[in-house]
Amino acid sequence: MEKRLRNIILGHSDQIIKNWLVKLDDNKVTEYGSTISQEAIEQTNREFVNVIFSNIENNGESNDLQEFSEKIVNLGWPLGYLTEGMQAFRSVAIRTILEDIGETKNNEEFLSIMEGVNDWVDPIKNRLINEYSSNWTNIVSLQKVALQELSAPLIPVMEGITVMPLVGTIDTDRAKLIMENLLNGVIKNNAEVVLIDITGVPVVDTMVAHHIIQAAEAVRLVGSQCILVGIRPEIAQTIVNLGIDLRNFPTKSSLQKGFRTALEMTGAKVVSESESEGDEIENILNSIEKE
Amino acid sequence: MKGTLSNVPIAKELDIVGARQTGRNIATELGFSSVDQARIATAISELARNIYLYAKKGEITFQQVEGVAPVGLKIIAKDNGPGIKDISKSMIDGYSTSGGLGAGLPGVKRLMDDFDIMSSDEGTTIHVIKWLR
Repeated sequence: MEKRLRNIILGHSDQIIKNWLVKLDDNKVTEYGSTISQEAIEQTNREFVNVIFSNIENNGESNDLQEFSEKIVNLGWPLGYLTEGMQAFRSVAIRTILEDIGETKNNEEFLSIMEGVNDWVDPIKNRLINEYSSNWTNIVSLQKVALQELSAPLIPVMEGITVMPLVGTIDTDRAKLIMENLLNGVIKNNAEVVLIDITGVPVVDTMVAHHIIQAAEAVRLVGSQCILVGIRPEIAQTIVNLGIDLRNFPTKSSLQKGFRTALEMTGAKVVSESESEGDEIENILNSIEKE
Repeated sequence: MKGTLSNVPIAKELDIVGARQTGRNIATELGFSSVDQARIATAISELARNIYLYAKKGEITFQQVEGVAPVGLKIIAKDNGPGIKDISKSMIDGYSTSGGLGAGLPGVKRLMDDFDIMSSDEGTTIHVIKWLR
């Protein structure tokens, strides 16, 4: 029975493909790609149906399912494109088989045809969905790693002075990372002063403030000093409204001002005695300011 | 643009960012200044974090309201958590049951114009309003 169904499907492949493409148009699967050219959609549809047929021919032992799922993910098309495509294929295939056999004698035969087609279609559908979602999971976890890598860098600027620029939202995981990087970096770089720059932190609520205060306190315990820089006027106002006490460590509005304070604290000074030397430090200051 | 503008469920830490961004966008659209936007965003952050920390699940609702000023943004933070045992204590600066700074609720009260809190063992609802002046 199964062989017969398979032969019918393969024998009528041209007709099935034609009907399937029409059905896809009817189902408005193409709506997903409103910004994608009609040509690209048609090409992908043809590729889709070829993948389905090559899987039926090879008894599901081919790798093009994986490649095709990956392609759909990379195109940014939704999972619905795959599931609706497979549903359309199922109904087209069943219709074609029924037309080929002629009249169905009884419900029993009709059911066995349904089951036979489902046995083809469902594994393909499941594999497509699995590949699609594992591709997505993969992308998400890669992005998470990438984000984590740039989440709390520590930059040694001069002898004894390091800068940690913070950009973006600080959540619990990141706060932990900031603390670890800060302490490791302070010891590794032998830093006397650490500048924490919060210019890029959109909101400083009590949680963020709490983590910064804790980090500064930890830095103090290992014998260094923290300066909080990059406090924008609106952030200053919300900190005051919240009643957060930041008196225990110095704060500055800009990294430049903080750096000057840090220089004073480490006993260094910007001098213009020798033109070139002064310029060099000025250049460093200017380049930091641009960040 | 009247009534409920948006509704953000809070169930995971990332939702706090979502609620904050939604709130900030609404505040910008209503014409709040950048300082008030920062105040509103911070208040949402506190309320959403309280939901996430103490109740695990809840939602933040944004409404446009009329009253002492023609335009106000009302933020409702609602959860079905264990509730706040002692509301008057929770409004004192420095009081925290979770080892935080304890500036959250009193801070929100100072950041916003109107503040209203109801809490029982069936959950907590906080209404805050910022008026556009």
